[in-house]
Amino acid sequence: MRIVPFIIFSLITAALIIILNTSLVLPAPLGKLLSPQHGIWQNAEPVNEDFTANLSFPQLAGKVNVYLDERLVPHIFAEQENDAYFVQGYLHAKFRLWQMELQTLSAAGRASEVIGDVALNHDKEFRRLGMVYAAENSLKEVEKDPLIKAECDAYTAGVNAYIEGLTESQLPVEYKLIGYKPEKWSNLKTALFLKYMSYDLASQEDDFEMTNAKNYFSKEDFAILSPAMKDSADPIIPKETVYPKPKVEIIIPPSADSLYFNNSAPITITKQKPDKDNGSNNWAVSGKKTQSGFPILANDPHLGLNLPSLWYEMQISTPDFNVYGVSFPGSPGVIIGFNDSCAFGFTNGGRDVRDYYEIKFKDDSRKEYSFNNQWRKTDFRFEKIKIKGQPDYMDTVAYTVFGPVMFDKNFTGNRTATNKNYAVRWKAHDPSNELKTFYLLDRAKNYSDYQAAIVNLHTPGQNCVFACKNGDIAIRTQGEFPAKWKGQGDFIMPGIDSSYMWQAMIPMDEIPFQHNPERNFVSSANQLPADSTYPYYLGSSYTPYRGITINRRLNTMNIITIKDMKILQTDNYNVFAEMATPIFLKNMKEQELSNEEKKYFEILRTWNFKNDLDSKGATVFYLTWEHFEDTVWNDDFAKAPKVIVRPSESTLLEAVLKDSSFKFLDNINTSQTETLADMVTSSFKKAVIELKEAESKDKLEWAKYKDTKVQHLTKLEPFSRFHLPIGGGTHCINATKSNHGPSWRMIVSLTPKTEAYGVYPGGQSGNPGSKYYDNFIDTWVAGNYYPIWIMKPSEVNDKRIKWKMSFSK
Amino acid sequence: MKFIVSILLTALLSFATCLFFPWWTIAIVAFIVTAVIPQSPGRSFLTGFLALFLLWGVLSFLISVPNEHILAHKISMIILKLDNPYLLILVTALIGGVVAGFAAMTGSFLKKKKNATE
Repeated sequence: MRIVPFIIFSLITAALIIILNTSLVLPAPLGKLLSPQHGIWQNAEPVNEDFTANLSFPQLAGKVNVYLDERLVPHIFAEQENDAYFVQGYLHAKFRLWQMELQTLSAAGRASEVIGDVALNHDKEFRRLGMVYAAENSLKEVEKDPLIKAECDAYTAGVNAYIEGLTESQLPVEYKLIGYKPEKWSNLKTALFLKYMSYDLASQEDDFEMTNAKNYFSKEDFAILSPAMKDSADPIIPKETVYPKPKVEIIIPPSADSLYFNNSAPITITKQKPDKDNGSNNWAVSGKKTQSGFPILANDPHLGLNLPSLWYEMQISTPDFNVYGVSFPGSPGVIIGFNDSCAFGFTNGGRDVRDYYEIKFKDDSRKEYSFNNQWRKTDFRFEKIKIKGQPDYMDTVAYTVFGPVMFDKNFTGNRTATNKNYAVRWKAHDPSNELKTFYLLDRAKNYSDYQAAIVNLHTPGQNCVFACKNGDIAIRTQGEFPAKWKGQGDFIMPGIDSSYMWQAMIPMDEIPFQHNPERNFVSSANQLPADSTYPYYLGSSYTPYRGITINRRLNTMNIITIKDMKILQTDNYNVFAEMATPIFLKNMKEQELSNEEKKYFEILRTWNFKNDLDSKGATVFYLTWEHFEDTVWNDDFAKAPKVIVRPSESTLLEAVLKDSSFKFLDNINTSQTETLADMVTSSFKKAVIELKEAESKDKLEWAKYKDTKVQHLTKLEPFSRFHLPIGGGTHCINATKSNHGPSWRMIVSLTPKTEAYGVYPGGQSGNPGSKYYDNFIDTWVAGNYYPIWIMKPSEVNDKRIKWKMSFSK
Repeated sequence: MKFIVSILLTALLSFATCLFFPWWTIAIVAFIVTAVIPQSPGRSFLTGFLALFLLWGVLSFLISVPNEHILAHKISMIILKLDNPYLLILVTALIGGVVAGFAAMTGSFLKKKKNATE
């Protein structure tokens, strides 16, 4: 034996292995990752992969057959209801495990465990918002309900059955790339997932921003900048509706005028915000308006566009029910879809159900706080945040009668100046059992079943549309909402006594709804739920425009076919531009425009208000409006506190339409008084600079300018899709923005044999190495749909079935 | 003959152990093969290198072709910053080859020199 070379080469080999098995030297453990029998190659699914399987699990009570069609949509046929949920959990895990776990880890404020301290602020914020506390409260409610508990237990068991059978080489590729492993699923994780949706959909508030705006501007100016009601409002429940006298009487605190609506010091808190355009369209038309004589329902929820998609399409069939639609990987049941009798869909309610109270602690220990002239004890929740590659971070959150103290000396939300404490009161903290909504909807046979189902939906508030084969159509602006006095919770509220607390919830029988209205259709698009005669305060953060287009079209449409509905759902008409463009055309000082500017002005003048993919006018309008807003507001907001929001587009548009000498048009930094024409012309000139640049890069056409993408949740570019040629935009029914838009388009005709169409921008497999990862995207981009096959038990030999998975005991 | 047998044995045993054990067990296999079938250090290196270069290269190729290189395109962009599936297969083969090569060479030093060179 040659000892010296032996030792040298042993060391070299060992060093090589360590380098290639860890991230100590190289950015990734390349040996582990590229080993063909362990690493990423194992995720390269053959394009003709055979998904056929025979599986047995002792947890099952009966037989379950899953037929996978050519789009990899599973059609689950289960003898026992809970077996169906077991298999649903198994399939969610098989195709979407990584995203389900990531989203729940993020919801629980545990992202740092996976990606390190870059996520620490996110984790602290989510813990302090009480996400886990909220999920625990909701889980307690679920555990009280034997049906829903059994559903969740079966689902969890199904997810875990898949995880237990998973070998290292079968781990989803993201686990391998990031370097961690999945943990067991639990009912709490399902609850966390649903709270994540509440975070995304029930966080509409600008309380800190509005407080600052109120403090910065004069009372009169503030009233102009944040009007409670928009002129153009076309509420979900039409204007003439008569509401009964409210059952709940709300007492306005005596100190409201002096202490609350008055000015105080600005606050400098910033926090994460979900996309303010999280919205949707839904409508149902009665048989009187359709060619078939039966109702048609349409729904397209607008959410962040991600891969793997938020949605997973499936059919679940048991002896008791048969439902088809999209589900959330992470939760049992079908969320948006239809069964043999009726169809249902949702748009976001957008009510303000999250408020903040300023807390006065006795001292730095935060052990007691002042409440109703007494010192009251706080409860502490200890949050241990694990951080990848670093010691744990300990955070202690104080809980008050209002809720957790989200912001204090230990978490300032990038606060720089004041040292105040703010507790958050969020409706999502309250116990509720949202899963029951979907459990019952999936089985609903008629309007009263629908009613019984949706009253269980408390948070996030949703406009629930419904249509039934018996001819019924309905919509309900559902949610359990606090009954607020006008202006309650628009700003930070005093937390020293109970006078500013939420006093009661709006009774369920006072929720605005419509059932078979005379106009023969119901619709919602995140606009105001009801007009000002509704006796409860509704807040003001609603977008009016998509609703206007939808109602205008549905009013005039008759003998409607499915094709008409497809055209409507993918409509690029921009009603906001229709209202705003005349201001630009009328007030432009054309004599001051150069020849080049005139060329772009001509494009705007001849534009048809459609945000079509090749439209140049849409880009000219978009940039002109952007610069118009900047030109009008920049001077007024230049010295304002940083944490503030500018008035909405509709506020500016309506102000200018009403009054061409709108006070804020004047640039306060110049001696002369600017007119609307000055503002319009100078905005347009600034827009042209960008337009020229866009044109030089061949990006003047709207789709190229907007540049829609669907990104992987890690934002890894090779796992994402870019530069999608699709039109639409914020105020169009086809609300496709750059990374946000119709996350599922569904049209259901409730004829005796249901006819349905659907598409979502993704694919059934979450594996970037599968051909089913993003195969729906091009269909979605083109505005096309897949015909939905509601498989019958007798169709087991249909040629659309590609694979069969059998599950048994 | 010894050379060919060693290569085949290393490749075959590496494939078998990797069905159950971590990827780096290829080093142990390569080490044992050259310890049992002695060759010069240089030839031993080549034995291990070629065995795993071929095994990992062929395996990743055989996986990637039926996948129509969907994943290899994406991963090559992430790891190599270049969209080239064949380069990813080459890098895979090289990593296997180098690790097994050095391990095999280490194994050759277990024997005395005159025995090793024959």
